[in-house]
Amino acid sequence: MSENQIYTLTVNGSQREVKDSWIGESLLYVLRERLGLPGAKGACEQGECGSCTVMMDGAAVCSCLVLAASAVDADIKTVEGLAPDGSLTDVQQSFINNGAVQCGFCTPGLIVAIHNLLDSQPNPSELEVREAISGNICRCTGYGRIFAAVQDVIEQRGATR
Amino acid sequence: MSTVKTRRDVLGTNALRPDGAAKVKGEFSFSSDMWSDGMLWGATLRSPHPYARIVRIDTSPALAIDGVRAVLTAEDVPGVLTYGLIDQDQPVFAVDYVRYMGEPVAAVAADHPETCRRALAAIIVEYEVLTPLTDPELSLDTSTPAIHPNGNVFRHQRIVHGDTSVVGDVVVEGEYEIGMQDQAFLGLEAAMAIPDADGAGIELHIATQWLHEDQKQIAACLGLPIERVRLVLGGVGGAFGAREDISLQVHSCLLALTTKRPIKMQYSREESFFGHVHRHPARVHIRHHAKADGTIVKIEARMLFDGGAYASTSSAVLINGITHIQGPYRCPSAVVDGFAVRTNNPPCGAMRGFGVVQACYAHESQMDRLAEACGLSHVEIRLRNAMRTGDTLITGQPVESVAPVERCIRETDALPLPPPLIDSPDVLELPGGTGLTSRSENIRRGIGWGVSIKNIMYSEGFDDYSTARCTLQDGVVALKFATSEVGQGFVTLAPQIARSVLGVTDVVVEPMDTTIGSAGSTSASRQTWMSGGAVDGACRLVRERLFEHVGLANGIDALRLVIEDDEIVDTMGTLRIKVTDAAPGVRFEETFEHHHRPTEDLDENGQGNCHVAFAFVAHRAVVDVDVELGLVKVVQVATAQDIGRALNPLSVQGQLEGGIAQGLGLAVMEEVIVQDGRVRNPSFTDYLLPTALDAPEVVYSLIEEPDPQAPLGAKGVGEPPCISVTPAIASAIRQATGRDIRRVPVRPQDICL
Repeated sequence: MSENQIYTLTVNGSQREVKDSWIGESLLYVLRERLGLPGAKGACEQGECGSCTVMMDGAAVCSCLVLAASAVDADIKTVEGLAPDGSLTDVQQSFINNGAVQCGFCTPGLIVAIHNLLDSQPNPSELEVREAISGNICRCTGYGRIFAAVQDVIEQRGATR
Repeated sequence: MSTVKTRRDVLGTNALRPDGAAKVKGEFSFSSDMWSDGMLWGATLRSPHPYARIVRIDTSPALAIDGVRAVLTAEDVPGVLTYGLIDQDQPVFAVDYVRYMGEPVAAVAADHPETCRRALAAIIVEYEVLTPLTDPELSLDTSTPAIHPNGNVFRHQRIVHGDTSVVGDVVVEGEYEIGMQDQAFLGLEAAMAIPDADGAGIELHIATQWLHEDQKQIAACLGLPIERVRLVLGGVGGAFGAREDISLQVHSCLLALTTKRPIKMQYSREESFFGHVHRHPARVHIRHHAKADGTIVKIEARMLFDGGAYASTSSAVLINGITHIQGPYRCPSAVVDGFAVRTNNPPCGAMRGFGVVQACYAHESQMDRLAEACGLSHVEIRLRNAMRTGDTLITGQPVESVAPVERCIRETDALPLPPPLIDSPDVLELPGGTGLTSRSENIRRGIGWGVSIKNIMYSEGFDDYSTARCTLQDGVVALKFATSEVGQGFVTLAPQIARSVLGVTDVVVEPMDTTIGSAGSTSASRQTWMSGGAVDGACRLVRERLFEHVGLANGIDALRLVIEDDEIVDTMGTLRIKVTDAAPGVRFEETFEHHHRPTEDLDENGQGNCHVAFAFVAHRAVVDVDVELGLVKVVQVATAQDIGRALNPLSVQGQLEGGIAQGLGLAVMEEVIVQDGRVRNPSFTDYLLPTALDAPEVVYSLIEEPDPQAPLGAKGVGEPPCISVTPAIASAIRQATGRDIRRVPVRPQDICL
């Protein structure tokens, strides 16, 4: 593309310069194709499936619906930024332990959405969990093992409080 | 890829996915995550018309756009112009005619996805729009002009069995309709095609269900020797049948060979709806004859599957449909006519359940009617007719598989029912959920049943063998196979098999590609049986070699040796040695092909041993229905499934729950709406999928009666969960509303208007 845009995004605590971009690129595209962060996935391009969920200034958003160039002032956190290298968050470990991962395409978006939920509401009811992740479509699991994974995290965190 | 194991996850344990950590961290490489130096983007131009003649294509305006490197049409296909799994009737790019909305006409390669979009818009295609053939009944009419040189009927097959003159004391009859469902895997079609430096070969990284079948079809279209087309499995984000056919494989390879640059192609969600086959919509007319006590004496049925514009697997889907129309019930006589036809609707092919979903909705709806006509309960009618091992199918084939149908029904029936709806539930618990105005006083609860039989493995003489290689050195096993991991968990199961057979802990699963023999398709609930059998066989051969080595070194007969936990043990002596220490530095390597027993074609009367084996399942659904608004909430699904043996109970549970959600989707919300050949809802805004709020409670019982034919005693568990849950939910809606529900998905107007 001929349009040459340069701007800087704050992603997982780092300043990341975006060069030679087209102004119409979504945040999802820029994260995946320009910044080497393919954890957020594209599966619907219209904010229905939640696979592209990232945090912007503490709120979960569908990165497919955000223009990257409009996110210059935001603090962006992706699934890659949740745990230090070589480690897993409690939610990530619980997903593995409970069989909540099958194909895994929806998984990064769900992990981000669940961290977002538990950060704001440490002890959600089962129904609140369901509602919180109802914007994240999973086609493989039927959600049962995902609910179990979240429940385990709630109980573990409750026990250590 | 594998995590360090501190315990030996053998068969029967809840072994965890070796790719789990990468997937939860977002580090697992799906085919859409690939990137290559110097790569270009590929995109496809598709027909806006369901049926039209191509008058003229002018690609020059697209080629003139800065950044566009290639524009290809049918004229640029160097090999055969068509592909297909069974009949090669589908063009790589449309030639003269487009036969469905979304048919590929041209492809472009450019430096950016936006450049691709602009290039596609610049290609001029002049069409003479024709009237599409959209009614499958008209496809059967010989006076209807053929819309393809191969004609409008893909296949017609009859089944005539037993005493066809028998008339029952009780006769029930119905016409049923099943809508077009989409697999809706989350990981959209994507590939990376990398041309060889000499321009005479290609490496394709692709999310597919069957690497070797893709390889064969791609090589033919590219006009290359098969060994110059190498496939590597890209990470697969679900499949459910939609990755069995070619989609962007040939296009991406052609663009790469033309531009001499790596090509990344990925579909959008909208394009994905046009880019892969769907579940066949079907109409089923069926008549059951029974004795007054409810014993079935004959069925008569006519099944019509709309295969859309191209053949795909329609002929095999048809055979699955008609050979399963009796359901898991004894039936001494039958007359069945089945048709799969061509229309200008979207092409249909494989989806989880493969023809049996359509049959099951019809036969289970009939079982409810038969129960009512005979004054029996929905459970009693099914128990009375339940198939057993040794019974003969309407194809004349004996059921040699373990067939615990009665046990499936009884164990499902014994599972606890949910508590009744409370007086003032949270709005999210009500049908329709938030934003809709359901009120508890309008809600009726219903309970419905569905039971099914499903063939596993391929049928009609096809040898869908699987290949695996096992290498053992110093207690570490490497496994190699071309089995597509699409999320089902074969990468978890294969190491479990190796640990059980060889007493090892550390197992590495090598990349899946075409450098080893075929593993067949990840479909038909077949990989646990077929690739599981291949891995088991290869590991057993390696174990023989290991025993020979240890026997020779210790002067004892290798036949005396066995594996106990992680040790080799002499059953007639004192030798006891860790597998890891048994043969320092020695490398054992064996390859094994697993073949199932041969099957036969059907004759003109539909008689023949056409299937390998069968699995059974029962479902009971509890639904709440707002009878004024026509809204449905599936509260609970209970199921008992015949699985042979639970090789990984956690993984089985995931398959049960996931399949139930897909069957729920077909029952109450999922349908590709096609009007006059045009898809009206190709998006996740308009094609509705079950969300976390739609997921019912699932209670289940695993029926473990190991099947003596199965290499590991286990039957595939993938398809049965989604088959009979759909009629169970429809039946529950009937019970709640008194409405005569004749089609799925059940729409609000079917309930309240």
